[in-house]
Amino acid sequence: MPIDVDVAHVANLARLALTPDLLDRYRKELGVILDHASRVQEVDTSAAAPLAHPLGQTNVFRADEVRPSLDRDEVLEMAPETRDGFFVTSPALD
Amino acid sequence: MPSGPLSIGAAGAALRSGEATAVELLAAVMSRAEMTESELHCYLNLDREGAMAAARQADRELDRGEDRGPLHGIPVAVKDNMCTRGLETTCSSKILAGYRPPYDATAVARLREAGAVIIGKTNLDEFAMGSSTENSAYGPTRNPWDTGRVPGGSSGGSAAAVAAGSAIAALGSDTGGSIRQPASLCGVVGLKPTYGLVSRYGLVAFASSLDQIGPLTRTVGDAALLLSAVAGHDPADATSYAGPVPDFAGSLDRGVDGLRLGVVKELGGDGYQPEVSETTGEMLDKLAAQGAEVVEVSLPLFEVALSAYYLIAPAECSANLARFDGMRYGLSIKGSTASATMAGTRAEGFGPEVTRRILLGTYALSAGYFDAFYGQAQRVRSLLQAEFDEAYRKVDVLVSPTSPTTAFRLGERTQDPLAMYMSDICTIPSNLSGHPAISVPIGLDSKHLPIGFQVMAPALGEQVMMAVAAEVERLAGFDALPPPALAPPPGVPL
Repeated sequence: MPIDVDVAHVANLARLALTPDLLDRYRKELGVILDHASRVQEVDTSAAAPLAHPLGQTNVFRADEVRPSLDRDEVLEMAPETRDGFFVTSPALD
Repeated sequence: MPSGPLSIGAAGAALRSGEATAVELLAAVMSRAEMTESELHCYLNLDREGAMAAARQADRELDRGEDRGPLHGIPVAVKDNMCTRGLETTCSSKILAGYRPPYDATAVARLREAGAVIIGKTNLDEFAMGSSTENSAYGPTRNPWDTGRVPGGSSGGSAAAVAAGSAIAALGSDTGGSIRQPASLCGVVGLKPTYGLVSRYGLVAFASSLDQIGPLTRTVGDAALLLSAVAGHDPADATSYAGPVPDFAGSLDRGVDGLRLGVVKELGGDGYQPEVSETTGEMLDKLAAQGAEVVEVSLPLFEVALSAYYLIAPAECSANLARFDGMRYGLSIKGSTASATMAGTRAEGFGPEVTRRILLGTYALSAGYFDAFYGQAQRVRSLLQAEFDEAYRKVDVLVSPTSPTTAFRLGERTQDPLAMYMSDICTIPSNLSGHPAISVPIGLDSKHLPIGFQVMAPALGEQVMMAVAAEVERLAGFDALPPPALAPPPGVPL
């Protein structure tokens, strides 16, 4: 049975400004896909730990040494708007 | 100048015997691209100037007796989700139109160090999400064997370019089958290495615990050469494997005598095109005749692998693609607040499949659903890996078709996301387990479309996997080419 998703809430979390038509379409599609995906819930996993890295690697640290980084001007060249070596954004608060 | 589509080995031999120069090899490949691109659209961007400069340098070095090895002077294509310094990298997305990275991906840098000539950037499903290359914001790539059909995906541009002769070899990336499935549908070799063997630094991230760069080539030997050039530890990728890299090309001739091959019971039967099953069965008989022990192996969790994948991959994608905020690079649609800038830019910049997966992943990670979906999928992943490990105690490699069907028609699966996702049912398990797998072409169906055979191996088992693949290649004797209009027929200069 398709799963009913509050897709407007999810789209807001994902910062996607979708039209009502699109929200409706994705609500239906996600319902069907999640119904299929929820088959994972039929597997008894009580004895299993979640796997995140296939070879079991955990944190990797490098020596705390100063190294060259990407050139700031070259990086900022790709930004839509910059000022005095910074990215310019719209206000973070309403 | 040698004739017919060239392998890396043959092109390298022609360079060193003086039969061809790197500039001539590049010109031949570029002229193939010019003949076929209007029909196939393998490339988003052909870097004529950069490639010519690299080819000239390769020739100068060879003249001085400086030989960088097997890739020296070889024209190679790169999937457009790998950063190339100063050369537009879009991931086939509108959100990255015009983006010129300030650095090379490690795999790209290693290709350059090995003397390869980077021809251009190949088409893909947007951010590598798809199985047909139809999800490109810049239009689909078509299959050289039948231009009414898809090349597979997401590395469809790389696979089609190698098949059509507009690249001698190519790099792709594989998150759920995106190297192997298009290789299968286009009749070329495609290899996904063990997770971590090739650095992901500069590969635009889709699902970080699954993504892996690998080669698409005409032969298994070429795949070994290309993989050797790009594999190895990279401090810039914290998930990179730090151990020694085996000699992939050194063990290709061992044959299959005495090896145990496990035929995966769950990857066959209903839903598989009969000609795919028959051709696979015939190959198994040939392998048995060469001394392999062929046994059936059951891995029941393969039945839920697709479900687990479509929670884990979208979850990681939703986190990774959060970086596209309309403020630091790429498309920007300015709103009254930072949040509005993000939401407006992302709605405009991402195509439907990427949007769908971001929504799926955000849902699977959201409060109240995390443990039932993402957490559960990760635990299934751990059980699946244990099931693989158990199988590899009994057999040396596992085998299956690479794709349940040969190439499908453009538009055939675009309206049904689940039907499209099923295209990757044979390839997804090896991404979840992090194990290597390779697809080798073994024949054509009645519509003259290629059929691929998959060999899977345990972690870092590339050597035995490639030995089996090389024997499959030898036994198949697959030397068919796409129709002459789109592939150079034998006897005609490349």
